[in-house]
Amino acid sequence: MILDVRALHKSFGQLEVLKGIDLQVAERELVFVIGPSGSGKSTLLRCCNRLEEPTSGSIRVAGVDIMAPGVDINAVRRRIGMVFQSFNLYPHLDALGNVTLALRKVLKKTREEAEDLGLKALTRVGLAEKARAYPNELSGGQQQRVAIARALALEPSIMLFDEPTSALDPELVGSVLAVMREMREWGMTMVVVSHEMRFARSAADRVVFMDQGRILEQGPPQKLFNQPEHSRIREFISSIEH
Amino acid sequence: MAKFADTFLNWEVMAQYAPKIVEGFFVTIQLAIAVVVTGIVVGLVLAVARTFRVRLVNFFIVLMVDLFRALPPLVLIMILYFALPTVGIKFSGFVATWLALSAILAAFSEEIFWAGILAVPRGQWEAARSTGLGFMQAMSHVVLPQAVRLTIPPLTNRTIAITKGTALGATVAVGEILYQAQTGYSFSYNPSPLTLGAIAYLILFIPVVWFGRWVETRFAWKR
Repeated sequence: MILDVRALHKSFGQLEVLKGIDLQVAERELVFVIGPSGSGKSTLLRCCNRLEEPTSGSIRVAGVDIMAPGVDINAVRRRIGMVFQSFNLYPHLDALGNVTLALRKVLKKTREEAEDLGLKALTRVGLAEKARAYPNELSGGQQQRVAIARALALEPSIMLFDEPTSALDPELVGSVLAVMREMREWGMTMVVVSHEMRFARSAADRVVFMDQGRILEQGPPQKLFNQPEHSRIREFISSIEH
Repeated sequence: MAKFADTFLNWEVMAQYAPKIVEGFFVTIQLAIAVVVTGIVVGLVLAVARTFRVRLVNFFIVLMVDLFRALPPLVLIMILYFALPTVGIKFSGFVATWLALSAILAAFSEEIFWAGILAVPRGQWEAARSTGLGFMQAMSHVVLPQAVRLTIPPLTNRTIAITKGTALGATVAVGEILYQAQTGYSFSYNPSPLTLGAIAYLILFIPVVWFGRWVETRFAWKR
């Protein structure tokens, strides 16, 4: 089990956003998390590397209890790749600089080693030739692929995607999904919060439907999309797919 | 016209006091550099300290910042130079002026840096931290480079304003440009040394003003 979430609760003040989540993700599994906005999908993802501090519950990543007191959270985080909706590339660094920063400062690689690994990561997302381009010189799709390379370069044991294509123009979505599909071929473990239902149908091993801070239902995509046990899910899916 | 020239551009008087003005010119430069370096470094340190959000520390930072932003520079110089010796703390005029102007520049630059740090989107912090960078690493490699870039135009303006304040040192016998010009004037009963002083200030600050304009266009933030 790469990711093992148990009885996870998260409140923002009076508002309880996660009301007891149990989620296990096995190695090489691609899990899709879907659900209406406000259902807690992003919060769940952000709790998994403690960008949000869980209120209670336990989270283990590759066997490490990331909630344990005294845990080195920075060491934990570099094994958990995260990709954001708004890319969050560093605008003052070029693509290679974005990818190599953590290699140099966290893993203490020399500039040469880091650039070597950085170029390999950029090659994997098909952007080696853009190594010296700054984020504002890249399309949204290219920026998101650089962001994926930035996470990949640290050789994470799991990748978390928080609506990776939601900020992209429709014609750019495909390039990012293609990279994610390839990552699945390499055997990367991935948890994806997204509304790309077609991608979920064809690539996901399992789809998790969240509603109001709880997991309502989960299963293989064919089951969840075609014969969900809850009519709530059928309504949601038809509203997304029009 | 001849009278005007004799009064303000008296070559004899100017030649006599020019060496003193040149001397003052270098004192002004020393004082200005000392103030700029101290003020900006302290301002940056305070702004970074503020991001740790320790309530008591931040209370005092904000208090000091407001105090030094509110006090006229001359008042602060007078306090340091004339008032503190009565309780046994003595500064030279140079040190009093340096401390006063540095404190004021530190206060203004702290506010500017703080605003710059806040202007960097949260996502930048999150991206940096999610790759395993610690708080200070994220601060120094991701947030500050962006924040500083945002702050360069307002910081340049404030720095120019405060370095001109070095002229206030004349009131506490710092041998800078204005002090030398004034001394020359009172000895010669001719204002030509003041003309010379004004020219010295122009030679010093016109390039600084031009540099400031260049910086503003160069670092205008494009997205």
